[in-house]
Amino acid sequence: MHAPSDAELTEHGMAATGTGRLLVLACGALAREILALIRVNGWDHVDLHCLPAILHNYPNKITGAVREAVIERRDGYEKVFVAYADCGTGGDLEKACAELGVEMIRGPHCYAFFEGLDVFTGRDEIYSFYLTDFLARQFDTFIWRGLKIDRHPELLPMYFGHYRTLVYLAQTDDPALTEKAQAAAEKLGLRFERRFTGYGELASALEAAV
Amino acid sequence: MSDDEDDIILSELNDEELVEQMFDDLYDGLKEEIEEGVNILLERGWQPYDILTKALVGGMTIVGNDFRDGILFVPEVLLAANAMKGGMAILKPLLIETDAPRMGKMVIGTVKGDIHDIGKNLVSMMMEGAGFEVIDLGINNAVEAYLEAMESEKPDILGMSALLTTTMPYMKVVIDTMKEQGIRDDYIVLVGGAPLNEEFGKAIGADAYCRDAAVAVETAKQMVARKHNQGVAS
Repeated sequence: MHAPSDAELTEHGMAATGTGRLLVLACGALAREILALIRVNGWDHVDLHCLPAILHNYPNKITGAVREAVIERRDGYEKVFVAYADCGTGGDLEKACAELGVEMIRGPHCYAFFEGLDVFTGRDEIYSFYLTDFLARQFDTFIWRGLKIDRHPELLPMYFGHYRTLVYLAQTDDPALTEKAQAAAEKLGLRFERRFTGYGELASALEAAV
Repeated sequence: MSDDEDDIILSELNDEELVEQMFDDLYDGLKEEIEEGVNILLERGWQPYDILTKALVGGMTIVGNDFRDGILFVPEVLLAANAMKGGMAILKPLLIETDAPRMGKMVIGTVKGDIHDIGKNLVSMMMEGAGFEVIDLGINNAVEAYLEAMESEKPDILGMSALLTTTMPYMKVVIDTMKEQGIRDDYIVLVGGAPLNEEFGKAIGADAYCRDAAVAVETAKQMVARKHNQGVAS
């Protein structure tokens, strides 16, 4: 399995191959990391299907989209694992997964599980805005153009007026990506901080599931 | 909505056409056009309260409905709100001078641990537009801040907002504290925010969960009227 382009993952996600015993149903923003874990661990029985990452900007659509995808695809596999955290669904996704009898990742969002739930919660950083590797690469699509700040700069203080720091939670050591994240912080008028997280609890959650 | 704003001279439209055009301009987030429209209606002798409710709130209600129906998204709603703010800035001092109806008073704030205020600001603006006095506590409010404001401002309504799944449970902390202090039933408690739903509102003991700003206004109007009626009856 190869990851499609970031643009493809954002708008359309990634289709499963239809082979394997375990289907991981994930957010498109996690595709590269999950594929890397599958490759490194030799999880040949794991298939990956990703929903469009842009759902991140419309969390009220996530639960319905996950439910639909699980129902549509579950018959082809022994087990389905949902690689989403709550992701702004207000507990709805957790309820849906419980009803469907499938497991999902613990925690409020990917920022928390990349950094580690306890560490993230312990920091209690209410004035921080987060980017991951994927979001750093897709900053313009999700944030700058996605929120129409490019055309309406007057919106910037309405969205980001209370934030103080952009924290780049880095899954990889990539100086070019760090530069991108730093440039994003400058655009938003925020202080910049980089933290290397690796794959964090995404790795342990998937290990437990496979 | 319309692509030919440049060809339209607002002052040449009759009142009905102008209000319709202002709906379009609000929808398109055109702040200057809204300000111009407000000034024209004032020159024509419209009461500030009528301009607010018929042109601005009317237009924002359409925006709110299309947001609810997934036709518009947050950026468009913010641009429309920004345009409405422009109109309200002109009308606010005039509303104070004139005898605009007062619907009631609301204290509103985003809960502790949460700095997101887009929804709260929309609700504040629409509530003001509907004739409520709004005391906005801003972001990251601990229970003490809400209690102090209720004590000093004596509002009819307490509004709480949260965007994060992690912060929405704090609303229950506030409501439970109100219960402990025996003041819960003195106020109408409305809650809102993207991850909330009706079930959550009920579970934490709020009077109502409001899906959006328009629903908040309607709910507030109905509940305040009921509260006043109960007051008269008793």
